[in-house]
Amino acid sequence: MDLIWDGLRKALELLVGLDPEVLGITLLSLKVSGLATLISVVLGMSAAVAVALNEFPGKRLVIALMNTGMGLPPVVVGLFVTVLLWRNGPLGFLGILYTPAAIILAQAVIATPIIAGLGLAALQHLPPELRLQILSLGATRPQLVWLLLREARLPLLAAVMAGFGGVISEVGASIMVGGNLKGSTRVLTTATVMETSRGNFEVAFALSFLLLILAFSVNALLTHLQQSRRPR
Amino acid sequence: MRAPLLEVLELVVHRDRTPVLDIPSLRVGQGEVLALIGPNGAGKSTLLLTLAALLKPAAGTLAYHGEALDTEARRQAYRRRVTMVFQDPLLFDTTVRENIAAGLRLHGVGAEEREQRVAATAAQFGIGGLLDRSARHLSGGEAQRTALARAFALRPELLLLDEPFSALDPPTRGGLLEDLGRILADTGTSALLATHDQAEASRLANRLAVMKGGRILQEGALQQVMNHPEDPFVAVFVGMETLLQCRVATTTEGLLTLALGGHEIIAVGEAEVGDPILVGIRPEHVTLSLHTDKTSSARNQLAGTVTKVIPWGPFHRVELDCGFDLSTWVTPQSLTELALAPGRPVVAAFKATAVHVVRKGHHGGDAAQT
Repeated sequence: MDLIWDGLRKALELLVGLDPEVLGITLLSLKVSGLATLISVVLGMSAAVAVALNEFPGKRLVIALMNTGMGLPPVVVGLFVTVLLWRNGPLGFLGILYTPAAIILAQAVIATPIIAGLGLAALQHLPPELRLQILSLGATRPQLVWLLLREARLPLLAAVMAGFGGVISEVGASIMVGGNLKGSTRVLTTATVMETSRGNFEVAFALSFLLLILAFSVNALLTHLQQSRRPR
Repeated sequence: MRAPLLEVLELVVHRDRTPVLDIPSLRVGQGEVLALIGPNGAGKSTLLLTLAALLKPAAGTLAYHGEALDTEARRQAYRRRVTMVFQDPLLFDTTVRENIAAGLRLHGVGAEEREQRVAATAAQFGIGGLLDRSARHLSGGEAQRTALARAFALRPELLLLDEPFSALDPPTRGGLLEDLGRILADTGTSALLATHDQAEASRLANRLAVMKGGRILQEGALQQVMNHPEDPFVAVFVGMETLLQCRVATTTEGLLTLALGGHEIIAVGEAEVGDPILVGIRPEHVTLSLHTDKTSSARNQLAGTVTKVIPWGPFHRVELDCGFDLSTWVTPQSLTELALAPGRPVVAAFKATAVHVVRKGHHGGDAAQT
């Protein structure tokens, strides 16, 4: 128990003392995972809307692939993104391996199928006739999409939370494409792994608590968005 | 000549590449309420979705005010003047007020006018007091009223109603039917109502089309179709329960004597002696007594025996054997007074005008008898 209390106290010290290094790591985690989630929302939701609203041959296969994508192991994504961004790789010219941009890219690859898959399920769960009803009220195509997204906002925001939760807690891809470089690509999860391997349990605990606080704050914000404007 | 509000020509609709609808021609005039009745799977919903421009026909044209809806832009514009209401109210997860305003927002109606129209339409449908209630906390009747108000707030020229009452209990349905009938008449809105309930159709509609297997079997003024079905299926569906295949024995001054087994029935109509003829009798036109009444205006008075008495809501349905099967409705009072029970001899009386000629010639026998 002492270890945990020491960790809590250390975390408070680091937080209250605004330790610049820890603050930097926390803000980088938030920035990287936040941006990755944002990219995934745009790509994932577009894919979900496109698949939900259109009939095309092979639709079932596409849905099965999206659902499989929700379980992509981060280390596998890390491996592929590393190879892709490697100096001689297809995207090597970008020169972003071992930069925060690489982590954002890898995390977007992880979160996009999660948001697309859960988003599609949310849209498909709406009554099938709702789309016809909205069109018959005179909606244009963009208005239709907007109303459907609004109607499915609860499960859709849950999909966003799942996507963010998946990447803020992910360590494999971040360490592989980011390299855990101090002051540059070190995020909360990679720092926790490193401090634990060094036996610095207090610091590791402190970082873990910060990670939990961060995840809680972001999800609390999203939950607030999700539950507001709902009449009783 | 003024073009009808909506006209359909040579319409063919496919679902999964199989034809499910084949309508050579259908017109809806200004202010008309046309009921589409038919069993499940007759194509009523498919026809409404096609008329709402929500389903693309494989062939045929849809013309609105005489203008063919042949481009997506015209179909889009048309969808802003025609609104559909489904069996499921399909309300948005927000307040009643915002639900009624939803279509107006889509049409870009300004806030002030929107408020006015929402309040006025809600009052028309008797839900003015529910505006701030969540749509999730409404009864079935209130939800359907909200859905209808959302459609009416748009002041559509044509309203397409796809069995909007079938999930409601009878008192709720009765109240809503009455209000809707009044509002349709007050606003002069044209409507198409799909239903499998002939009572619902006769309360709202002035025209009737009977559908089966993706086709319209008969279409015309309500009373015309109800009383002069031209097809055995239509006859049964509009409540003409007794159908009899007879032969014309004699004709005198518009009166036909029809032979059926060893019995005779007097009917009104024109036919040649010796012709086979199919006639129908509505149960409500048959009255029962214990003795023949010479003073009665009913030309047909046939002796028979009761075969079955079935309680049916507030009435009893009585089935008779008069040499052929005949059915009628009686009140519980008559049931007691006449001591009606299986085996009881009675006299069934009906006027010559109650015998409707359905078809001359033999009928194919498809679904003629219930």
